[in-house]
Amino acid sequence: MRVLMFGWEFPPHIAGGLGTACYGMTRGLARNGVDVTFVMPHASGDEDKRFVNVVDASDVEAVYGDIYGGADDIMDKISFIHIDSNMVPYISPEEYRSYHDEFVKSGKKVWETKDLWSQRYTFSGKYGANLMEEVARYAVVAAQVARNLEGQFDVIHAHDWLTYFAGIAAKRVSGKPLVVHMHATEYDRSGENINTQTYAIERAGMHAADKVIAVSNLTRKIIIEKYGVPADKVVTVHNAVRFAEKQDEAPERGVEDKIVTFLGRITYQKGPDYFVEAAAKVLKRVPNVRFVMAGSGDMMNHVIRRVARLGIADRFHFTGFLRGDDVHKMFRLSDVYIMPSVSEPFGISPLEAMRSNVPVIISKQSGVAEVLDYAVKVDYWDVDAMADAIYGLITYPALSHMFAKKGLEEVTGLKWNNAAAKIKKIYQEVIDNQRR
Amino acid sequence: MKTVCLYFQVHQPWRLKTYRFFNMGKDHNYLDDLTNRSIMQKVARQCYLPMNALLLKLIRDNKGKFRCTFSLTGTVVEQFRAYAPEVLESFRALAETGCVEFLAETYSHSLASLASKEDFVEQVKLHTAMIKREFGIKPTAFRNTELIYSDDIGAMVAELGFKAMLAEGAKHVLGWKSPDFVYTNAIDQKLRLLLRNYKLSDDIAFRFSNRGWSEYPLTADKYASWLAQENGEIVNLFMDYETFGEHQKAGTGILDFMKALPKAILRYDDIEFETVTRAAEKHQPVSVLHCPHVMSWADEERDITAWLGNELQNEAFSKLYALKDKIKSLKNSDFDYVWNFMQTSDHFYYMATKWLSDGDVHSYFNPYGSSYEAFINYMNVLSDFEIELGKALAAKQSRKKAKATVA
Repeated sequence: MRVLMFGWEFPPHIAGGLGTACYGMTRGLARNGVDVTFVMPHASGDEDKRFVNVVDASDVEAVYGDIYGGADDIMDKISFIHIDSNMVPYISPEEYRSYHDEFVKSGKKVWETKDLWSQRYTFSGKYGANLMEEVARYAVVAAQVARNLEGQFDVIHAHDWLTYFAGIAAKRVSGKPLVVHMHATEYDRSGENINTQTYAIERAGMHAADKVIAVSNLTRKIIIEKYGVPADKVVTVHNAVRFAEKQDEAPERGVEDKIVTFLGRITYQKGPDYFVEAAAKVLKRVPNVRFVMAGSGDMMNHVIRRVARLGIADRFHFTGFLRGDDVHKMFRLSDVYIMPSVSEPFGISPLEAMRSNVPVIISKQSGVAEVLDYAVKVDYWDVDAMADAIYGLITYPALSHMFAKKGLEEVTGLKWNNAAAKIKKIYQEVIDNQRR
Repeated sequence: MKTVCLYFQVHQPWRLKTYRFFNMGKDHNYLDDLTNRSIMQKVARQCYLPMNALLLKLIRDNKGKFRCTFSLTGTVVEQFRAYAPEVLESFRALAETGCVEFLAETYSHSLASLASKEDFVEQVKLHTAMIKREFGIKPTAFRNTELIYSDDIGAMVAELGFKAMLAEGAKHVLGWKSPDFVYTNAIDQKLRLLLRNYKLSDDIAFRFSNRGWSEYPLTADKYASWLAQENGEIVNLFMDYETFGEHQKAGTGILDFMKALPKAILRYDDIEFETVTRAAEKHQPVSVLHCPHVMSWADEERDITAWLGNELQNEAFSKLYALKDKIKSLKNSDFDYVWNFMQTSDHFYYMATKWLSDGDVHSYFNPYGSSYEAFINYMNVLSDFEIELGKALAAKQSRKKAKATVA
């Protein structure tokens, strides 16, 4: 079986959940005997390529193992195609717009997010003037790719709304069935104030698809209720997690106090406010605990002010945006990991924490809550319950040991191989349906 | 006889290095040594050394008729000793002329006067001892950090035995009154107040090199004629010493201006130079100055919101002074050293979020990208310091206990 996949850059380039999931899934599919042609957007060069013909696929193929190490046999089953584009996961039309305007004004190519310890992305002016135009342009190129690869794939798989038009275009050109993968909905990103254009593309993608994969039942429910997709067309496949083979040594601890960590973008969706309130409650009872908020985002300054006003700034620390090794270091230093997301389609970070032997508290409004037994689950708004759980985990060693030990076992069982097998079954189903 | 009172504030903070959460518990060097050294040596080269040499020459040339006043913070003197001892030598040479007065202030250029009397008194005593040690002089007049003043602060200063104190000639406090007279504190009338003439002071400190200013270029003769026209008994020109050669670079002609100024002023028979204490003694106070609310010389508002104006600053401030008792009972000079440089008002200034009217001045002095970064960094350092303080105290107590059992 051969799949043409419209995915996203792999780690370590983009540390977000989307790239991580694509990576694990692709490996899992390869192990299940599926050939994957992986197409991803990639900004490079400066020459005008707006109307370029895609180079022959063999020219741009790259074997992943060569670049990222860890070469093994399954990599034979994956080939890569880069399409020049500015698109990055999670970008909103508004952000894209402002970067483009900035580019036109100043010729600035590297843009940084406006928060502390800014993240960098490269922007190139040769692409579409706004995100919607870019999405459409990407689709045109994708159609060309599908034409070039005619007869070399049996099914198309598109991740996240930015590639849905590409998936639809490939389907029209090739006549092959389309599977779209919902990693997050517009409702997760924006609450009730959705961007209607984004919503429209998500909806169009799902309606044009032969099957829709949701990362959790939570997401599946939103898809059925808010996008009007027939329930029998939507299948839940929970994400899994892939860990590096070697476990690095635990870093030396600087402070003796217990450490409770929040790690993620500091945005409304992630519920940082509730973490702060819970921290203040815990600190009223126990002095020997510190809270760390790792990450950056548009709510960061607001959160810092709140921490100052609550008078807990000597026990509540900010690290700014962490990458690579620092993320693992932070997990290894933690005694409790907390993810109080208001809305989280899946949420892979608690799994990484559990892998580092850290007990986790997660909100009931996260998809990952559906697959975990050994995690404390609370409503995101219930700061009393959250404070209670933190207190329990740092005060009663028996409890935290149990969660850490059982949690590690549980998370080790969440394998991409199994998730990929489910996806393969879905591929088979849509292929068979089409033949019938 | 009209008196011109020229006073220079000399200060550099100890700047903190980028101190992350991961450093906590492991790294107890909080200072950015490279930045501190390079700034000190740059300012010494551009301002302190050439200006001290110039003032020494002016004092000698005018045979006692040119006088001025300084205050040096404890942190700047520490940095002289570490990075530019020749500057300290040149200040000693100025002190020996007898025409230069050194004021008392808070050791760390701190906001202790806003924390508590106890903290304030300790800071002042520390500073007085330092001046005595370095220059062999016991200060008789006082200037508080950033000219922070209120009736109560004045009363504390009087209680410490000072005869005169500097304050801002703030319009919202003076009303129709002129800053060009001597006033007294409202609670203790023995304390005389010299008020800064902010217009004439800022003509030099801020406007001197401004080409858009209608009076540009400012010459010594023109400036002297303004002083002669001032109605009043005393003109108080208080400014940062770094104005000369640092804020206003030598290329603007500021040093030449200063070189020509004494002669231009002394050409008028009815104007003299005086140091702060002697000027305050010479003139009879005309009135009591009521100042129930705290004021300062900073920003358009002349209040303390540049240091304690938002929740970040208030939090850092209260968390810092909460450590006071522990510091006191530990009595360890290494910890006292950190305790002192953490009190410096500049750290709080970096956390200011009022960027509207005085954003230029604020950002000029700010090494951080934002007030939030400044806050996070400061709190990380403070948290580590608190942990170390706790450990040291526990160790001290267990030693004491061990001693008691042996005995």
